[in-house]
Formats: sequence, structure tokens, C-alpha cells
Amino acid sequence: MTLDCIAKNMTDLTSLTLAQALDGMGKKQFSSAELTDAFLKAIDQANPKLNAYVAVTADKARAAAKTSDARRASGKAGALEGAPLGIKDLFCTEGVRTTAGSNILGEFAPPYESTVTANLWRDGALMLGKLNMDEFAMGSSNETSRFGPVVSPWRRGNSDAPLTPGGSSGGSAAAVAADLCLGATATDTGGSIRQPAAFTGTVGMKPTYGRCSRWGIVAFASSLDQAGPIAKSVEDAAMLLQSMAGHDPKDSTSLPNALPDFRAACGKSLKGMTIGIPKEYRVDGMPDEIERLWAQGIAWAKDAGCSIKEISLPHTKYALPTYYIVAPAEASSNLARYDGMRYGARVAGRDLNATYEATRASGFGREVQRRILIGAYVLSAGYYDAYYLRAQKVRARLNEDMIKAFAQVDAILTPATPSAAFALGEKGDDPVAMYLNDIFTVTANLTGNPALAVPAAVDANGLPLGLQVIGKALDEETVFSVSAALEKAADFRTKPAKWWA
Amino acid sequence: MSIDEKTVRKVAKLARIALPEERVAPMAAELNGIMAWIEQLNEVNIDGVEPMTSAVEGLSLPMREDVVTDGDDPERVLKNAPKAEDGFYVVPKVVE
Repeated sequence: MTLDCIAKNMTDLTSLTLAQALDGMGKKQFSSAELTDAFLKAIDQANPKLNAYVAVTADKARAAAKTSDARRASGKAGALEGAPLGIKDLFCTEGVRTTAGSNILGEFAPPYESTVTANLWRDGALMLGKLNMDEFAMGSSNETSRFGPVVSPWRRGNSDAPLTPGGSSGGSAAAVAADLCLGATATDTGGSIRQPAAFTGTVGMKPTYGRCSRWGIVAFASSLDQAGPIAKSVEDAAMLLQSMAGHDPKDSTSLPNALPDFRAACGKSLKGMTIGIPKEYRVDGMPDEIERLWAQGIAWAKDAGCSIKEISLPHTKYALPTYYIVAPAEASSNLARYDGMRYGARVAGRDLNATYEATRASGFGREVQRRILIGAYVLSAGYYDAYYLRAQKVRARLNEDMIKAFAQVDAILTPATPSAAFALGEKGDDPVAMYLNDIFTVTANLTGNPALAVPAAVDANGLPLGLQVIGKALDEETVFSVSAALEKAADFRTKPAKWWA
Repeated sequence: MSIDEKTVRKVAKLARIALPEERVAPMAAELNGIMAWIEQLNEVNIDGVEPMTSAVEGLSLPMREDVVTDGDDPERVLKNAPKAEDGFYVVPKVVE
């Protein structure tokens, strides 16, 4: 579809990519106000069915669009001028309720703005609303949210059974896939950007740990949490990351390194690159479709001029168990702040301790309680060395694997997830089975490497499957180059049927 | 290492989460399932390995001048308090 044609049909504005929309506004084919209205209309129609937004800030969005149009008219357009985005409810947004999907935050309205969102507004973008997520980003299916699960815009074949969009950034992924925003912010602690992106046919980028400031993002596991975009294309993801990332003195782990031009990396030739294929990712019981997807990805990389090299990441099988010590331990410390005294909902008990206990029992959901208890256990007296310290040492082993691999290859190619999206309620009983969703994504969190999920194929039921490209620390550019080439080869254009409209 | 019900009660106490008696046994079973799966980390040789602290090598935590950069705004600080009075948080009695 050409922009001229789209400009005549405002309902189609929502299907544009970020790059196309910015181009259209730049050519005065439509305004940010028109684009914003088109999205607000689409959200009104879809949200009762999809539950992707937990708050829609329509008035603020319209006002921001008007201001943005004036700014553009005066020749002061920013890099994302007038682009309507969705924001995961983990990012503090000044004066707008921020809950992390948890009851314990009540009606918390932050008196400050997160650095990542402030960077987006600095560049002219605007917020449509806050996006649903698993409680405190703990989950792979969006079923632990206080607002109930997001329903994926995708369905299996002719079935109406509601599927998960993945998690924890399920609202972000569903909103992008269903054309309810141009792009969205998300966060990734064990796979929470890449798994939902793979489940919904969208692009999800987790940059190197420290690229995006964590300031103003509700903390889950501080040594793993990293923000990134979910977008409609690799190029869009590059443009969003360019704005979101950058050094921030308010986060002591924020990287001081200068940002390269991510968008410029997207069209670069792969000739002469070496792509690593880790043999340990060929897990037992991997569905044939995932095997085929991976083989296809390898073939595309070869066609693009890469040489392929089998590599070994020998500690891969220990990544998930390591994660399930490190993440709960850090979460139990971070979530100690929710005591009902300074913000959120307080449940009174007979004394101070009883008030804490009642507040936390009623405010935290089951999965969050489970993880806090694991964390408190592994950090309790006498166990610290056996669990947390050992896990941090295994983590160093995983990092050694990565460093050795990147001495031989430019990027690593794997499937993004071990399966396509599953049905809501399908994996409710067994926490470990749910945790296995992150088997391919979690290593990059433990080691801090950048990694991107790009849609590559559909399975027999017509559901999207994604490939993952992992890069060297600080080398997002190669990740974007390889991913853009795979995207071009895959030519993934399937969209979910708009059954909610 | 098995987590018994006594340990679950102790950990819940440490974490300040009220756990109704009927949830203690199921929670012990869930935690045991997860911890049994985690035990495989004992297979890994970690002799002489330093625990990982940073993804990017050669970085150290930055220092800054010890000066006030923000604050003096009790109204904003107390804005989300469940209970506040005269510029203070109101909390249950702490000292008898």
C-alpha cells in the first residue's frame, strides 16, 4: 500500500510502520492528531476483547499530538515526532497510574517520569496508554496480571480458543501486533521482550545490559532487567531503541558508551560475517517446526553471504536454574519495599508486623509470593554461598561461554522460543513447565548480551514463530544487521485476522 | 535439600507474607519442586571462578560528589501515601 493511498483512508493509518508513519507526517499526508485519533478508535474497538491496555490516556494523547503537530509545523520535529506509542505498565509515567500489574501498588501515580519514557517524549513521541503485563514482570503468559490476561490477537486455524500473547510484555506485543500503537516499550528479565514478540509476529529487542536506564522502571531483578522496544519491523525497533537508550547518571549501571546509529546498521551487508549455531540449543523434544525454522534461518544467513559455524555454549542447560536463583533472590530484596507504608494499598493488622504481612499477602499474587519465598530462602542465613553465590559463579561460566563464542563468530542464531503460543490456562499447574518458555532467551539476560527476536514463519496452525539473533556485548549493530537481513528473506507479512473489530 | 513446612513458615515470616495454614503444605511442595530442579547447579565446576558482576568488562561503579541533587518536596513525596499528616507518613505504632 502506498502512503498516498493510505492517506485517503484514515482507518488504515494504524497499519503503518513507525518509519512509514514518520515519513507520512513529514510529507504532510496526515497529522499526528489524525494518527492518534485512528489509534484511539482502534483501541476502543479492540481493547474489550484483547485487554492489552490497562489505561488509555486519550485526552493527554490528543493534547500531545496537537502540540507535536505545532512543533513539526515550526520546523522543530524530533526523531519520533508525533508517533503514538504504548507504554508497559512497569514504566513510571508522571501523574498516570503505574501498577506493574500488581494490586500492591493500588492507584500509585508516580510523581516522576522514567528516564526511558522521558527520552521518548524528548524526541517527540506521545503516549496512548499503559500496557498490560504479568505482575512485576513475573510470568510468560500474562496470566499473573491483576487486570487479567491479555488475549492474543492471533488464533489457531479455525479455533476461537484464546491464546496467550506471551509474557511478561504481553500487552506490548499484542498492542503492536493488533495495530493499537506504532510501537511499544517493554522490559526483558528472562525473555519478556523476545518471547511475546515471537508469539505475536513482532520484533522485540533486548539491548546490552545497561544501554537503557533502569531509573523509574519498577524493579524486578536489577542485574537482569533491561528495557527495549517491541515494534513492527527491525528498522522500527532500531529507531525506538535509539531514543530509549543512552547514559543516565541516575542509574549507576547505565553504560557511559556512546550510542552507534542503530538504524544505519539495518541495511548493512552481511558478506563475510560468521554466524554461530550453538549445538546445545538443539534440545530434546524440540518440535519439528522449530527445527525447520532454525534450518531455514541458517539457509537465509548463508544466502546473505554469511559463513555458518557450529559452536558450543557448554553451560547452556544451567542457565534457567541459575536464573531461578538470581531472579527470585533479587526480587525478594527489591519487593521488600512494598510494605504498605509509603504508597500502594495498606491492609491493617493488629500491629506493625501483622500489617506488613496482611498487606503483602493481599497485594501480591501467587506467582510473586512463590518467587519472593524462594528468594528469601536462598538468601537466608547459611544458604547464601550454596545458592546465590554459586549461581553468580555459574553465571560467570555462562559469560565465559559467550566470550569464547564471540571470539569465533559475529552473531549467534537460535530459535526464539521452544514452541508457538499456547492457550491461556494451558500451563497453569506446573511452574517449572512455564519457566521452560525462556530456555532460549534467558542466557542473554544472565550474560548481558544484546538479543533480538524477529518473526520468520508460521506454524501448521498459522501461528508466528521467531528466530533469535544474539550479539556480542555492546554490538547491537550486528544484531540489527543480521536481523534485518533475516526479516527481508523471511518476508513475514502475515497479520492476525481482526476478529475483534 | 528438602524444604519442610517449618521452613516455609519461617521463610514466609522473614518475607513478611501472611501464609494461611492451608497453603503451607502446597507451598512446601511447590518450592521443593523448584529447588529440586535447581540442584543440578551442583554439577558445575566453579573452582576458582569469580562471581559475575558486570556484563561489560572493565567498568567500575561511578562515583559522584556527595551533594543533594533532589528533594525538599514533602508534598510530592507523600502524594501516594496511604496515610499522611502534617508532612509525615502515618504508620502503625512501632515502639511500645
